[in-house]
Amino acid sequence: MTDLLLGTGLAATLFKIAVILGVVMTVVGNIVLAERKLAGWIQDRVGPNRAGPWGLLQPLADGIKFIFKEDIIPTSAHRPLFVLAPVLSLTAALTTFAVIPFADRFVILGREVAPIIADLDVGLLWIFAVSGLGVYGVVLAGWSSNNKYSLMGGLRSSAQMISYELSMTLSVVGVLMAAESLRLADIVNAQAGSVWNVVSQPIGFLVFIISAFAETNRLPFDLPEAEPELVAGYHTEYSGMPFLMFYMAEYANVILSSSLMVLLFFGGWHLPVVEPMLRGVSQGVAGLIHLGIFSLKLSCFLFLYIWVRWTLPRFRYDQLMRLGWKVMLPLALANVVWTAAIILWGWI
Amino acid sequence: MDLSPRELLFYADAIVAVMTAMMVVLHRNPVVCALSLVAHLCAVAMFFLLLDASFLFAVQIILYAGAIMVLFLFVIMLLDPAGEGVAGRTGNIQIVMTGVAAAALLFSAARVVPAIVDLESAGGGRPTSLPPGYGQVSGIGRLLFTDYLFPFEVASILLLVAMIGALYMGRLGKVGPAGDKEPE
Amino acid sequence: MIPAGGILVVSAVLFVTGVIGVMIRRSALVIFMSIELMLNAANLLFVGMARLLGTMDGQLFAFFVMTVAAAEAAVGLAIIIALFRRRRTTDVDQVNLLKW
Repeated sequence: MTDLLLGTGLAATLFKIAVILGVVMTVVGNIVLAERKLAGWIQDRVGPNRAGPWGLLQPLADGIKFIFKEDIIPTSAHRPLFVLAPVLSLTAALTTFAVIPFADRFVILGREVAPIIADLDVGLLWIFAVSGLGVYGVVLAGWSSNNKYSLMGGLRSSAQMISYELSMTLSVVGVLMAAESLRLADIVNAQAGSVWNVVSQPIGFLVFIISAFAETNRLPFDLPEAEPELVAGYHTEYSGMPFLMFYMAEYANVILSSSLMVLLFFGGWHLPVVEPMLRGVSQGVAGLIHLGIFSLKLSCFLFLYIWVRWTLPRFRYDQLMRLGWKVMLPLALANVVWTAAIILWGWI
Repeated sequence: MDLSPRELLFYADAIVAVMTAMMVVLHRNPVVCALSLVAHLCAVAMFFLLLDASFLFAVQIILYAGAIMVLFLFVIMLLDPAGEGVAGRTGNIQIVMTGVAAAALLFSAARVVPAIVDLESAGGGRPTSLPPGYGQVSGIGRLLFTDYLFPFEVASILLLVAMIGALYMGRLGKVGPAGDKEPE
Repeated sequence: MIPAGGILVVSAVLFVTGVIGVMIRRSALVIFMSIELMLNAANLLFVGMARLLGTMDGQLFAFFVMTVAAAEAAVGLAIIIALFRRRRTTDVDQVNLLKW
């Protein structure tokens, strides 16, 4: 058991993949429940409370229900692509977790543990590459359903994703300049050495978080599935398991972009107050505390996602595009110039 | 013949790349063509990774597969062209010309292969150790902002011109309402 | 070690596939995609030869080719959209007013 968890071979990698996938899927299930509960409280309701104590078994009940429902494929749909689309969506969303470090490397029981599946030196580029492919799931679902609402949703999402991916990528350039590395662990450690990037580059963070909301198709940017206009947008025709896959992909993307915000702008697993206290304790304990700090920060951002969804109204489509191209993009460029200036004159 | 994992990956990837390229050329449905092209681009990105060009690997997927091809799909879905009509059947002359062009290209490539193989087996080129940062962001970036600064700036102008051109072509205005046909 | 001859052969086959696509297809969109196939074949050769020689210049060239491809896609797709607005078709055989 410990060999599996702490080794470095193929078995250890497979074990890590299993653990991280399991954790992500569990969080996905519970964040759906959290979303419904919080939505209830925000709207002065109780929220789900029937399945298990405080409705804690609701994700399980939902999952079982989805699995046992019939998968309906419309007669006029393009069958292979209709089936492929949700798979693409979920795969892209989950593959990105391979390069997310959940804590620093630490030694426990005499072995070094790296809480990351693949420590790529182009980790951040990998995330953008794979999550960029995720848009195909949405676009294909929209096209292959052979339904006008689905098609509209697919069209909207392709335009929206390209537009906001641009400003998202540009907003991260400042972070890369400060850290001089594309490896996420290096970026976190660079922030531990000076200040968090959110302090030195507030504009970059603002652009990043807004683009992240648009990239994950969450309110106030959920135009691809705007229910008053498009029924359910690109997944109108989906039911049962494929629908569940789209659903899981959405929440996995939410977790991913929350982790990115923590890692890129909020110092990852570092907390200035706690850090001096960790000097005395053993490395293993410090590693676990780092893991805890990361999870805590992550949950704050997950809460923010839900909070925003039940607070802000939806944008109109032209407003969305105007915001993306005329506000976000120039701001992201301004952030690059700003970061260059503070590095040049040594303000950080 | 024993193959290293790298070579095995290369041959498998070569098969995928050629198959997907064929799909692009031969499939009737433009959406399937575009998707095959996405798969093809990912296969080529895999080649880049095998050839120690990790930066190009990422750029290939982000730029080509993630942006350009989404644009293609967007246009295909927007226009929804109804396949290729019967009137547009390929003529005999075209098939002959295609055959001639393909044969000529493959012949000239076949002429070069022995030279490359000789160069490789003679140990020409193919250094055993690569310079630090080979194919990485640092190496590419250093080269891009020193030796290749001028092409880099020209590329930026090219992109600007392309952007203006695309905006000009895509504008609504004098073109007239949709479906406005010119007199034959 | 990846054989350089193999890269050359694969690249040539892919390029020829692209040429065939441009010649036999009539849909402007698919012709465009075939051009992308050719550009990628050239890129593959650039990167392969860069690896053979141990320099990065080939990779830089591939990078610039990608830039050109992006510019070309933007303008080309805009042209196709403008064409479709006028003629309701993307069939290149139907666009023959400038032909003698």
